[in-house]
Amino acid sequence: MVTGKVYKYGNNIDTDVIIPARYLNAPSPDELAKHCMEDIDTSFATVPHHGDIMVGGWNFGCGSSREHAPIAIQASGIACVIAASFARIFYRNAINIGFPILECPEAAEAIESGDTVSVDYKTGMIRDETTGKVFQAAAFPPFIENIIAYGGLLPYLKARQEG
Amino acid sequence: MGMTMTQKILAAHAGLPSVKAGDLIEAKLDLVMGNDVTTPVAVKVFDETGFTKVFDPNKIAILLDHYTPCKDIKSAQLCKTAREFAKRFSIKHFYDVGQVGIEHALLPEKGLVAPAEVVIGADSHTCTYGALGAFSTGVGSTDMAAGMASGENWFKVPSAIQVMLTGKPARWVSGKDVILHLIGEIGVDGALYRSLEFTGDGVAELSMDDRFTIANMAIEAGAKNGIFPVDEHTKEYVKTRVNRPWTSFAPDPDAEYESTVTINLEALQPTVALPHLPSNTRTIDEVKGMKIDQVVIGSCTNGRISDMRAAASLLKGRTVADGIRCIVIPATQEISLQCLQEGLTEIFLKAGCVFSVPTCGPCLGGHMGCLAEGERAVSTTNRNFVGRMGHTKSEVILASPAVAAASAIKGCLASPADL
Repeated sequence: MVTGKVYKYGNNIDTDVIIPARYLNAPSPDELAKHCMEDIDTSFATVPHHGDIMVGGWNFGCGSSREHAPIAIQASGIACVIAASFARIFYRNAINIGFPILECPEAAEAIESGDTVSVDYKTGMIRDETTGKVFQAAAFPPFIENIIAYGGLLPYLKARQEG
Repeated sequence: MGMTMTQKILAAHAGLPSVKAGDLIEAKLDLVMGNDVTTPVAVKVFDETGFTKVFDPNKIAILLDHYTPCKDIKSAQLCKTAREFAKRFSIKHFYDVGQVGIEHALLPEKGLVAPAEVVIGADSHTCTYGALGAFSTGVGSTDMAAGMASGENWFKVPSAIQVMLTGKPARWVSGKDVILHLIGEIGVDGALYRSLEFTGDGVAELSMDDRFTIANMAIEAGAKNGIFPVDEHTKEYVKTRVNRPWTSFAPDPDAEYESTVTINLEALQPTVALPHLPSNTRTIDEVKGMKIDQVVIGSCTNGRISDMRAAASLLKGRTVADGIRCIVIPATQEISLQCLQEGLTEIFLKAGCVFSVPTCGPCLGGHMGCLAEGERAVSTTNRNFVGRMGHTKSEVILASPAVAAASAIKGCLASPADL
């Protein structure tokens, strides 16, 4: 369970604005975090985000396959992303690195920037503490839940190879 | 219930008699690909997890194409990481400066992808190889690392949208116009999680280069992959390139499609996408005359020989307008050589274009043509997101090579028919 302040963005948030290509040669997640979202929100990377929550509209994370995108968001301190829908490569990348994402169109619509929101990853329950509204995100299929339980795709694979 | 082409390929690689949309499967991979941006991240997680061998050094391709020849020290470090990994595991298909081309042009050219194969690449435009009737899709670096370690990966079997192509395209209408038109029709998430299955009598009218361009931009509609039937054009293309046995699949007659989009190729006009989404499309006649500063002809979308020929046919005996910078980037060494042998290089240089080494460069605002504040480019690349080619207040208009070349000559967004 996490509780944090919401940073909300619109539809079709692409990986070029999440982390512009000019920073893809940055050597570390912390370096990437310094430039996260800067092309649409110059203030985002200037404040610490320990446990905050990012909310997006439809097709969040579209565009490039750069895993640098979920890495940058994660390294900026954001606890999870809630969106109406995710672009598929971003969705895979987030699961593969063990970064929590929740698909919930109703929550993505109703939650406003600045709201305080609690998320229970286990049940997929999202509660807007500011408005009192409660939402239910789609559950992960058991196969994906298993990858997340191992902490990502590679620990899962390694355990299986050794198993 | 019958299967689509994509579903048949995935079933065969998962060792299953059949699959249906929504099934989660683990499929064997015929090729795992990465570039200079995504491979170093894959190397890091590969090593951190403690893997000590790759599944097959002959089925991994690493291409240093994005920021090469290295634009700065950080990029050089990334290339060094990828290069050392390739050496450590004797990666057979490793391409460095001098041999490298833009990944999605080079892999088919070298025969590294055959019909009905399954390919993952740590680059979103990996979906390009669907032009060959293969299942190929873009993934991230962790997926690449997993693929290199195990030779398998997990997939959710996609449902499908059928794209029925009919008729024959008019002069100056190319694969780029077809795919921009389609994205304009269905939107940037119109095919989210789904496969785009191209079919119809119009397919035979499209060259392999046109098909590569169309499949390449399937991702811009959110698709998992885009795939073409295997026909005489495909067989002719792979005949001289692929030197291993290959097979092909046709969709079942009762394959299930969520929806069908029909495109009459005869009715299409040269089409462009205005900033800042590939779905923001207009026909050229609706928007010609817009002011521009730069023209880019190249990329994994449109850097192939027929793209070079289309641009050169317009630039021959003409010059780039004052105040316009025209950057021509053949996608591979072989295409560069063909340009030289066919006299295209001379046409470009005499017209006042700059003729580059193969690189992804300006497409993603990397190098070789970044835009300043307030500048606008007409580009044959694939994305026109905010800041894609440089400054966040610069703009990219996506277009075919013919429209791009015509625009370079006219000095504004222009139609090739008006020259």
